[in-house]
Amino acid sequence: MATVSANPAIVAHATEHDHHEPQSFWRKYIFSEDHKTIAKQYLISGILWSIIGISLSVMFRLQLGFPNLKLGFLRPVLGSWINETDKLDPDFYLALVTMHGTIMVFFVLTAGLSGTFSNFLIPLQVGARDMASGFLNMLSYWFFFIASVVMFSSMFIETGPAAGGWVIYPPLSALPQAHKGSELGMTLWLISMALFIVSQLLGGINYITTVINLRTRGMSFSKLPLTIWAFLLTAILGLISFPVLLSAALLLIFDRSFGTSFYLSEIYIKGEALPNVGGSPILFQHLFWFLGHPEVYIVILPALGMTSEIIATNARKPIFGYRAMIASMMGIAFLAFIVWAHHMFVTGMNPFLGSIFMFLTLIIAVPSAVKAFNYITTLWRGNIRFTPAMLFSIGLVSFFISGGITGLILGNSALDIQLHDTYFVVAHFHLVMGAASAFGLLAGVYHWFPKMFGRMLDEKLGYVHFWLTFIGIYLVFFPMHYVGIAGFPRRYYAFTSYDFTKNIFADMNAFISLAAIFTFAAQWVFIYNFVNSLIRGKRATQNPWKSNTLEWTTPIIPGHGNWVGEIPAVYRWPYDYSKPGAKDDFIPQNVPYSQTPESNLPHENELISLESEIEAQNLNDQFKQPH
Amino acid sequence: MSELVNDISIVEEPQETLSMNPRKFIMWLFVVSIIMLFAAMTSAYLVRRAEGNWLEYDIPSIFSYSTIVLVVSSLTMHWAYLAAKKDNFTGLRIAITITFVLGAVFLYMQFQGWVNLVNENVFFVGNPAGSFMYIFTGLHGFHLISGLVVLIFALVASFRFRIHAKSLNQLEIAATYWHFLDILWLYLFFFLVYFH
Repeated sequence: MATVSANPAIVAHATEHDHHEPQSFWRKYIFSEDHKTIAKQYLISGILWSIIGISLSVMFRLQLGFPNLKLGFLRPVLGSWINETDKLDPDFYLALVTMHGTIMVFFVLTAGLSGTFSNFLIPLQVGARDMASGFLNMLSYWFFFIASVVMFSSMFIETGPAAGGWVIYPPLSALPQAHKGSELGMTLWLISMALFIVSQLLGGINYITTVINLRTRGMSFSKLPLTIWAFLLTAILGLISFPVLLSAALLLIFDRSFGTSFYLSEIYIKGEALPNVGGSPILFQHLFWFLGHPEVYIVILPALGMTSEIIATNARKPIFGYRAMIASMMGIAFLAFIVWAHHMFVTGMNPFLGSIFMFLTLIIAVPSAVKAFNYITTLWRGNIRFTPAMLFSIGLVSFFISGGITGLILGNSALDIQLHDTYFVVAHFHLVMGAASAFGLLAGVYHWFPKMFGRMLDEKLGYVHFWLTFIGIYLVFFPMHYVGIAGFPRRYYAFTSYDFTKNIFADMNAFISLAAIFTFAAQWVFIYNFVNSLIRGKRATQNPWKSNTLEWTTPIIPGHGNWVGEIPAVYRWPYDYSKPGAKDDFIPQNVPYSQTPESNLPHENELISLESEIEAQNLNDQFKQPH
Repeated sequence: MSELVNDISIVEEPQETLSMNPRKFIMWLFVVSIIMLFAAMTSAYLVRRAEGNWLEYDIPSIFSYSTIVLVVSSLTMHWAYLAAKKDNFTGLRIAITITFVLGAVFLYMQFQGWVNLVNENVFFVGNPAGSFMYIFTGLHGFHLISGLVVLIFALVASFRFRIHAKSLNQLEIAATYWHFLDILWLYLFFFLVYFH
């Protein structure tokens, strides 16, 4: 340290950076390289996409719950997709289901969640001035933006958007003549997803590099907040699995547009034999689910990381089992890659192979249960403050458990024969991955809104939003299990023409649809709260939740470079809440042990001698490096 | 100025564990994503091949020669690195140029390989055995073009004296990428020879 700060060149360089030229509007708000601005761009895009994605689900729920309802009133929105008899066009129903899945999984819960919070929190919590490469980070957002524009525009073409389900299994998706939704809509879907994958890779590479290389002095891996661990593992999952989806999509593009036969074997369509020979549609499923399964962890892990942080902060207790949490996230991340075939139990797979994948799948219950128990034991006898963020985090734990338990049932290859592609599956993954990670996202917004915008979200509206949403989601998805056990298949336009579905569960389906509309309506409370608080919200203080992590040591609205002057050094883990003997019930990470003799444990007193060493460490300060 | 900065990095580097130049690290992660892309492709190849109905054909011999050309280009790339370390600017520029030319020759030979495949009646459209051949060579060729672009940037930098013994990052990144593309092709080539 002495060598560094004594060097006049370095000092000059640092001061030079403290007075950056004011940037033009375009560079500051649109083509920004600042991680905080990019995070907000992702957040706003994610909110807009979720409004679209959830509205689509309300439309098809109207069809499912009220098959005889005249939908003429939707004609101003859907145009000719409402046919002459005021019914939803069956082709468009499939498009709605497909787009709902694609939008919610990729555009909201991957880009909107990881994009927002990895971007926002990684530099702030590891103590970096910005991402490793601001330029790549900006590219990441704009690739996502173009992908969004392409996907959005595909909803307005004559043949409609992709309609083969979000999993786009060939041959349906590979043959444009097979189905309206496999025409131009499918092409646009593939283009959009290719751009999306590029965006995710650029983003993920940046997240990993920043976490590993740009941590501040003293921020060892064993002092990283669990949020950062979760974001790191999520980014690694994405880096390894998204290229595989790109391969799958690439081969599908060649099959569709250039006449190759990777996924197409001898096939007749409309009584006419196609020239394709020797392809294998199951090959696509292998490639797709090698991404598809890690993808569900890409969606849930950031939510789990953020709620770990929020629950510890608001229970005013150290997180229970910090290392066990890290180990279980690593376990989940590792197992994510070797369980993909449990989505394919009914493809005629060798039953012995199925039993191996079943075994591996059920093992995931172990790290997941470790996480659930750790959340509960953190809450146990805590001095709990029920902020909206805390409520949403506890809601996540509830969904994670109730949705996870049905995972044990579905992971069983014998039971899956009955339950495959029924509403039981829909209920399972909507709870464990959809609702749980959406709650993580909302908890994150409530918790970090003050840091993002310098204002507080309204608490009362937050409580209203939480309870309506929490109850609404259970009302939607709990009954769905019964519909699934009865054998109702997903993605069907109507259940009126089959004997086994004709006269049962019509009332239950109507109830689910009403609950879905109710839950969707409740989200406007949040939208109103978000917009209103942005303009009129109460001004935030520097550390409104009395939290330990580094982002709360920055100015209320952090500027370019996040910290004024030196980046703080880190001396302790982020969970010193309610430490016996301490003055306050929290001790931020940048407070050295030498300043807290009253609360130090014996081994921590020994760490005092290391403090000068931490301070002398190389500061990975981007402002002090040539760039 | 740049020398001062470099002095400092020498003082600083050993103290921080697990820390490398972020740009180099980004390069390595980029390499990981390309590895996964090709891992997916080659495992798709194996899965599909195990199902039978597989077209047998001879791999055109020109692919063996192009492999040699690419290996040589890796050697000249290393020569460029050694030259830069000794501040031998003429050698650096010549070596990068030769590497670039060899890369372009490799691409041309790959294209000739496609022509030979077509003469053998192995087409892109048809049995996946042939399609995969085109996909592997084509995707690798696409990445090699990106490698050539990286080389052009390195060449421009070498003419502007931005690559020298104390500023090797850019060249090291270019060299890492180039060697990786070489190894990737060796993998694909031996994979195709062994499993066709």
